[in-house]
Amino acid sequence: MGWLALALSLLSVWPAQAQTPQDPRKSGFAYMGRDTQAMQQDDLANPAMLTVLEGEALWTTPTGKAGKSCASCHGEARESMKGVAARYPSLDEASGKPIDLSGRIAQCRETRMEAAPLVREGRDMLALSAFVGLQSRGMPVAPPQDERLRPFREEGARLYTARMGQLNFTCAQCHDANAGQKLGAAPIPQAHPNAYPIYRLEWQSTGSLQRRLRNCMVGTRAEPFSYGSAEFIALELFLMERAKGMTIETPGVRP
Amino acid sequence: MKTSQSAILTRRAALAAGAGLGAFALMPTARATPETMAAAVKTFTGGKPIADGRVKLEISLLVENGNSVPLSVTVDSPMTRQDHVKRIGIFNEKNPLPEVLTFHLTPRSGRAQVASRMRLNDTQFITAIAEMSDGSFWSGKAEVIVTMPACVEE
Amino acid sequence: MTRALINIPQKAKRGEVIEIKTMLSHPMETGFRPSSDGRLVPRDIIEKFVCTYNGEVVFSADLYPAVSANPFLSFNMVAEQSGTIVFAWTDNHGKTQVQTAAIQVE
Ligand code: HEC
Ligand code: HEC
Repeated sequence: MGWLALALSLLSVWPAQAQTPQDPRKSGFAYMGRDTQAMQQDDLANPAMLTVLEGEALWTTPTGKAGKSCASCHGEARESMKGVAARYPSLDEASGKPIDLSGRIAQCRETRMEAAPLVREGRDMLALSAFVGLQSRGMPVAPPQDERLRPFREEGARLYTARMGQLNFTCAQCHDANAGQKLGAAPIPQAHPNAYPIYRLEWQSTGSLQRRLRNCMVGTRAEPFSYGSAEFIALELFLMERAKGMTIETPGVRP
Repeated sequence: MKTSQSAILTRRAALAAGAGLGAFALMPTARATPETMAAAVKTFTGGKPIADGRVKLEISLLVENGNSVPLSVTVDSPMTRQDHVKRIGIFNEKNPLPEVLTFHLTPRSGRAQVASRMRLNDTQFITAIAEMSDGSFWSGKAEVIVTMPACVEE
Repeated sequence: MTRALINIPQKAKRGEVIEIKTMLSHPMETGFRPSSDGRLVPRDIIEKFVCTYNGEVVFSADLYPAVSANPFLSFNMVAEQSGTIVFAWTDNHGKTQVQTAAIQVE
C-alpha cells in the first residue's frame, strides 16, 4: 500500500499559493475552470499523480550495468530532491552549458547507472521528472543566479520576443500583451512554467513543458524546436526567471 | 489580432483531424443520434416507461475540454434491501456510441451517489436513467456546452 | 503492474456509509481514432469494474469508450465488518488488473 500512503501524505502539502496580492503574476491555475482546478487540487483525482506513482516505483528499481537505482545514491527523494526542480534548468559544470531536469536525470542514468537512454517525452522520463518535481511542490521557483547562465537566459528572452511561424507571432504578444484575453474559447494564460509536468486534458496524458511549448509553436504555424534543444532550454531558463518566487504546483492539470 | 486569431482557429480545425476530440468527428462509423440513443435507452429499460424525477445529474454547463468532463449522479432512494437503486445508465446523443457508463448498485452501496468522467465531442444533452428495485425507471438530464482548447498538438 | 489511486478511509464505524474513489492508469483507447497512417488505433478499454467487500459484490460498472482516459469512479459502501476490499478492472481483451485494500471497522 505504498502508493496510498504516498498519496495521503501529500495532501497536507497543498495548497500553498504564496504570491503577494500586489504581484500581477498569476499561475495558469487561476485561468482554469472550477472542474479543472478541483482535479488538480485533489491528489486522488489528479491523473498526473498516476505518473508520479510510476516515478516513485522507478526511483527504487535497480537498472543498468551498475546495478543501481536512483535511491541507491539519492536515498529518500523527499529529502534529497526537495527544491531541486525549483532551480532547473541550471548550469552543468562539465559542459559549461545549462541543463534541464530531464537532461540531468538522463545524465545520472547513462553515466552513473550505465542504463539505456530514456526517450525524452517517454513514459519513464516523465514519471521520474514528475516524481522529482513533486518534491518541490509548494516551494518558490528559485532560478540559480549564476552569471554563466546569463547569456543563455538572454537568448531565451530574445526567443520569447522573436516573431515566429507563418502567423508571425511572438510569445510575448499572446502571453504579456493579451494574457487574460481569449483565444477562441480558451483564456490566454501568462505562460508560467510552475506546474510541469502537467496532465493536459487535451493530450489525455502527462507531458512536459517542452511539449506544451511545441503546441504553442504549432499554433503559430512555426516549426517547433526539438525536445532538449538549446532553444527550449534557453526559453525554459527565461520562463523560470520570469516566474521567480511563484509557487510550484507540480504536477498540474491544464485544459 | 482578430484576423490572425481566426487563422489559428482555422488551423485548429484542420489539426483536429489528428488529435483529441477531432478523432470523434472523423469517425468512420455513424455517430449516436437522438434516435440511436432512444434505442439504447429502450434496451436498458426493456421498453418500460420512464418517469421524470428522483435522478439528479450534475455536470458543469460549460466545460473546457470534452476529453474529461466530470459528472455525478444522485438518486433519491433510501437504499434499503426493500427499496434501492439497482442500475444507473448514462446516455448521450452525439458521441460515436450512445452508451457512456452503467453503474450497478446494491443495498450495500448505502447511498445512491456515483461519479465519473466522460468524453463529449459536442454540445448536447446527457441523460441519466435509474432502475429501482421495484422495477420503475426514473430520469434526469443536463445540458453541456463544450468549448475547445487552443494550440493543440501538431 | 496495476497503477491505481484508491481513496478509502482506513477506519470506519459499523454502519457508516463511506465514499470510495478509484482511478486507474489506462488510455481508454476508443477504437474510433485514426493513427498517423490513417488506420484506426485498435480499441483498448476497460469494460468492467467490480468492487467486492469480503467476497460480496457491492458495486460494479460497465464502461464504454466514452469514459475518459485514466477511468475515475466514485461510489459509496456501507462499512459492516473489518476485512478486504478488492477492486478489479477488466479490459476488452479479458485481462484483469486487481488492487486490494484493508478496512478496519469498529
Ligand atoms: C497565439 C497566441 C499564443 C502564442 C503566440 C503563444 N502561446 Fe503559449 N499559450 C497560448 C494559449 C491560448 C495557451 C493556453 C492553451 C489552452 O489552455 O488551451 C498557452 C499556454 C502556454 C503555456 C502553459 C501555461 C500554463 O499555465 O501551463 C506556456 C508555458 C506557454 N504557452 C508558453 C509560450 C511560449 C514560450 C511561446 C512562444 C514560443 C508561446 N506560448 C506562444 C497562446 C499562445
Ligand atoms: C551512482 C550514484 C547515482 C545514481 C544511481 C543516480 N544519481 Fe543522480 N546524482 C548523483 C550525483 C553524484 C549527482 C550530483 C550531485 C551534485 O552535483 O550535487 C546527482 C545529481 C542528480 C540530480 C541533480 C541534483 C541537483 O541538486 O541539482 C538529479 C535530479 C538526479 N541526480 C536524479 C537522479 C535520478 C532520477 C536517478 C535515477 C534514474 C539518479 N539520479 C541516479 C549520483 C547518482
